Amino acid sequence: MKIDPIHQFNIEPLFTIGHIGHQTIAFTNSSLYMLIAVAIISLLMLASGAQLVPGRLQSVAEISYEFVASTIRSTAGAEGMKFFPLIFSLFMFICVSNLIGIIPYTFTISSHLIVTAALALLVFFTVLIYGVAKNGLKFFSIFVPHGVPGYILPLVMFIEILSFFLRPVSHSVRLFANMLAGHIALKVFAGFVAMLGFSLGALGWVGGVLPLALTVALYALEILVAFLQAYVFAILTCIYLNDAIHPGH
Amino acid sequence: MAESHGGAKGPAAGAHTGAEGGHGGGFPPFESSTYASQLVSLAIFFVVLYVIVSKLALPKVGGAIEARQNKIEGDLAEAQKLRDQSDAALKAYESELASARSRAQAIGNESRDKANAQAEAERKALEEQLAAKLAGAEKTIASTRTAAMSNVRGIAADAAGQIVQQLTGVVPDAASVNAAVDASLKG
Repeated sequence: MKIDPIHQFNIEPLFTIGHIGHQTIAFTNSSLYMLIAVAIISLLMLASGAQLVPGRLQSVAEISYEFVASTIRSTAGAEGMKFFPLIFSLFMFICVSNLIGIIPYTFTISSHLIVTAALALLVFFTVLIYGVAKNGLKFFSIFVPHGVPGYILPLVMFIEILSFFLRPVSHSVRLFANMLAGHIALKVFAGFVAMLGFSLGALGWVGGVLPLALTVALYALEILVAFLQAYVFAILTCIYLNDAIHPGH
Repeated sequence: MAESHGGAKGPAAGAHTGAEGGHGGGFPPFESSTYASQLVSLAIFFVVLYVIVSKLALPKVGGAIEARQNKIEGDLAEAQKLRDQSDAALKAYESELASARSRAQAIGNESRDKANAQAEAERKALEEQLAAKLAGAEKTIASTRTAAMSNVRGIAADAAGQIVQQLTGVVPDAASVNAAVDASLKG
C-alpha cells in the first residue's frame, strides 16, 4: 500500500472537444466537476421556490444571497452592488466546488493554480478596467496614500504599485495552496491508517486509531477551510473593487 | 492573459516534478498541457453560471426577499392603522362616557333643584295658610275677650249697684256706678 497524495489532483480527459492550435481541448474530470458545481448552484437558486414562508432549500438560497449582499455592502458600499452577480458567482462557484471536493474520490477544481489564477485575474482586470473607466487617471491615486512625507513618497508608491500588481498572485495562490495542502494532508493521514493496518497487522490497526482521529479532525477543519477560502476570495474581491469604486481612500 | 501566467509557471512545474519523483505524470497542478482544457471549460462554465446567476437566480431570490419585506411592511402598516382606529374608538367612547356622566349629573342637579323649589313653595303656602288661620283665631279671641270684658263690666256694674243698694238701701245712679266700675277695671 503506497500513499499517493498527488493522484487526486490528476486531470483526466474524458473526451475531446476540439483543438486550438496544437492544444487539444478536452472535457476533463475538472470540467465535469465545474458542470456539477454550476448545476448544484442553479438548482439551489432556481428550484428552491419563492414562497412567502421559505422552505429549507429556499432558506439556504436566501441566506447565500443575503450573506454575499451584506458582505458587499459592508466592504464596498451600496455602489458595490453593481458587482453582486460577479461576486455571488465567484463565491458560490468556489464554495460549492470546494465543498464537493471534500467528498472522498471527488475532484477539487480550485486545487489547480490555473483555475484560481484565472479567477483572480478576472477580478484584477475587472478592478483595473472599471477603475480606469469610472475614475480616469484619478484611479491611480490609490498608489499615492495621503499624509505621507514627500521624501519617502516614491518608496511608498513603489510598494503600493508592487502590491497592487501582486494582488492576483496572493489572491489565487491563497485559495489554491489552501485547497491543495488540505487535501494532501487529509490523504496522507488517511493513508497512514491503511498503511499501518496492512503492514503491521493487528497492532497496526490499533496504532491506526491516532491518524484516524486526526483525519476526522482534519476533515472538519477542511469543511471550514472550504467555506472560509470561498469567503476570503469573495471579500478580497469586494475590497479590491472598493478601490475601483472609491479610489480616494 | 491567463495563458501567459500558465507559461510562466512552466519551469516551476518542471522543477517540482523532479523533486517529487516517482509520479508518472509529475505534479498535476503544474502540468501545462492541461491548462488550455481547464481554462476553456472554466470560461464556459463560469460564463454560464454568471448568466444564470445574474439573469435568473438573483432576480428570483431577491424578488422573493423583497416581496416578503414588502408584505411584512404592509402588514405592520395595516396593524398600525388598525391600532390607531381602535385608539380613536376608545377615545370616542371615553369622551362619550364623560359627557353622558356630566349630563346625568346635570339632570340630577336640575331635578333636585326643582324638587327643592316645589317643597319650598308648598312650605310657604302652608305657612301662609297657617298664618291666616292664626290671625283669624287671634281676631276671634280678641272679639270674644272684648265681648267678655264688656259683659264683665255690665255684671260688675250690676253687682256694684246691688251691693250699694243692699248696704245703703239707696238705688245708685247708673252713670256713677259705671264710672266707678270703669275706674276700678282700669286700676
